[in-house]
Amino acid sequence: MKILVPIKRVVDYNVKVRPKADESGVDLNNVKMAINPFCEIAVEEAVRLKEAGSADEIIAITVGESVAQEQLRTALALGADKAILIETDQEPQPLGISKALKSIVERENPDLIIMGKQAIDGDNNQTGQMLAALLGYPQATFASELKVTDGKAEVTREVDGGLQTISINLPAIVTSDLRLNEPRYASLPNIMKAKQKPLETISSDELGIDLNPRISTVKVSPPPEREAGIIVESIDQLVDKLKNEAKVIS
Amino acid sequence: MTALVISEHDNSELKGATLNTVSAAQKLDDDIHLLVAGSNCNSVAESAASIEGVSKVLYVDSPEYENFLAENISLLIKNISNDYSSILAPATTNGKNYMPRVAALLDVAQISDISAVESKDTFQRPIYAGNCIATVKSSDEVKVITVRTTAFDPVSTESGSAEILKLEEVNDAGISQFIKDELAESDRPELTAADVIISGGRGMQNGENFNLLEGIADKLGAAIGASRAAVDSGFVPNDYQVGQTGKIVAPNLYIAVGISGAIQHLAGMKDSKVIVAINKDEDAPIFQVADYGLVADLFTALPEMESKI
Ligand SMILES: Cc1cc2nc3c(=O)[nH]c(=O)nc-3n(C[C@H](O)[C@H](O)[C@H](O)COP(=O)(O)OP(=O)(O)OC[C@H]3O[C@@H](n4cnc5c(N)ncnc54)[C@H](O)[C@@H]3O)c2cc1C
Ligand SMILES: Nc1ncnc2c1ncn2[C@@H]1O[C@H](COP(=O)(O)O)[C@@H](O)[C@H]1O
Repeated sequence: MKILVPIKRVVDYNVKVRPKADESGVDLNNVKMAINPFCEIAVEEAVRLKEAGSADEIIAITVGESVAQEQLRTALALGADKAILIETDQEPQPLGISKALKSIVERENPDLIIMGKQAIDGDNNQTGQMLAALLGYPQATFASELKVTDGKAEVTREVDGGLQTISINLPAIVTSDLRLNEPRYASLPNIMKAKQKPLETISSDELGIDLNPRISTVKVSPPPEREAGIIVESIDQLVDKLKNEAKVIS
Repeated sequence: MTALVISEHDNSELKGATLNTVSAAQKLDDDIHLLVAGSNCNSVAESAASIEGVSKVLYVDSPEYENFLAENISLLIKNISNDYSSILAPATTNGKNYMPRVAALLDVAQISDISAVESKDTFQRPIYAGNCIATVKSSDEVKVITVRTTAFDPVSTESGSAEILKLEEVNDAGISQFIKDELAESDRPELTAADVIISGGRGMQNGENFNLLEGIADKLGAAIGASRAAVDSGFVPNDYQVGQTGKIVAPNLYIAVGISGAIQHLAGMKDSKVIVAINKDEDAPIFQVADYGLVADLFTALPEMESKI
């Protein structure tokens, strides 16, 4: 079985991002970049399937700028076998990204595509579902458990009321939730080995795909500030404030 | 111009998230149609007909929609989408699952999780865990949108008198099957609809200690939530998680107990009207968003609080 894992380069999850002073965008100057946490979980799941003997090849792929090679190398160090960069200088959006990914799916014919449920920069939560639609594949989003057996996958999904289990025919798309697994750290020898693994670069023009954004950003502003609160000294004072000042309990 | 709102329900009851979504749709289009798709969900269609501002309920009742599988629902929505200038669904796990699929089938972008409508094509939405608010403009003919329900007041369910139009639309993609649901049974209000929420974090130490929150929740009619750390440690089930990648809530009162206040947690609750934090570490970031902070050991504070409210 062949697994394709689309990943995204994003701001490290510990960084508290702010808008630029002129509100023209997000201030990403000198901030630490990383592989999107959900994509890391997706890579880990693919590696575990390979270790269990269910998969024999893992391809990591990203659509982005040339610097995104760093994150592909991370995926290779975590256990992917090869990587593909679809290079573009535009900031692609989920619909365009899905179209680019679709063309690679048609070339590589993976049996399973595992991706993140959400990129923590735009918080879009779209790309997996869109790719599934374009390919006519089934989808299992927000996965917390994945079992692959002859031609199908059984997936437990995190839904609002609890958990849902569905079965999907392969090829299919699975998007990872946080509890799917806990990703490993790349070991130093594996980071070294990753440098030798194949990384193919394809320019987006070559694919002939429309990556033009459909959504433009008018401005990026800070969220409304909360007024500073107070520290109360005791439960008595807290209960009094909630009753008589905030009036949120009676 | 007409908006199509996709209702959220469980085949027997219409969910409140639908009412917030209609409210967002009213800011966009003059006329609103509501889709009720499910199986044996006649009662839902009937309650939908009384939603304020809805002129027509499109009612589709067929077994393949029973579990809202995205493959089937998205085909249905695409097939009936012709006359609409916007299609909106709540940003629940259902809406997030099928709506991007609808958008791709229509070859349009999706605008996720909008928190305000500025005009017919311009919207606000939180990005980077709510650390920034983006104002975005869509160039697509049809706007496919998911709605952050906490950002829109619900419309009423009293005054409406929509026509119910039953459609025969069978769409079984045949590539996915439902196996089972394991849904939490609880007498408490749903997290996303609760007026008061009390949440526990890693500081609770174990699942049993969540009993300390139960007593207070009983007295306040509150829902119980949790941080990811509490869920990951197995104290409580996953559907308790509040945050960037869990549930977004905005109750009148949010009480955070033994929660440090990581960006990802704040993303899910910082629009609450009043925030209380109980934490033994006076430097915990949660105090920066709290209206009332109490620096105390939760194991003494909670029993005292329960006895005094
Ligand atoms: C991609 C990604 C997505 C995430 N999404 C979410 C999300 O949606 N929601 C979420 O919550 N987190 C999320 N997280 C995790 C988040 O970063 C934090 O790790 C998590 O919120 C921490 O939970 P906590 O505050 O309970 O635990 P901790 O940070 O360990 O804090 C425990 C707190 O309890 C206090 N405490 C301990 N004992 C006591 C006592 N006896 N009395 C009083 N106080 C006490 C401590 O002082 C401390 O402040 C996400 C992380 C990533 C990487
Ligand atoms: N530029 C990209 N290249 C490859 N995969 C991506 C890209 N952007 C998003 N994805 C994948 O889609 C998932 C969801 O992203 P999003 O829809 O942006 O929230 C991510 O976790 C990735 O797996």
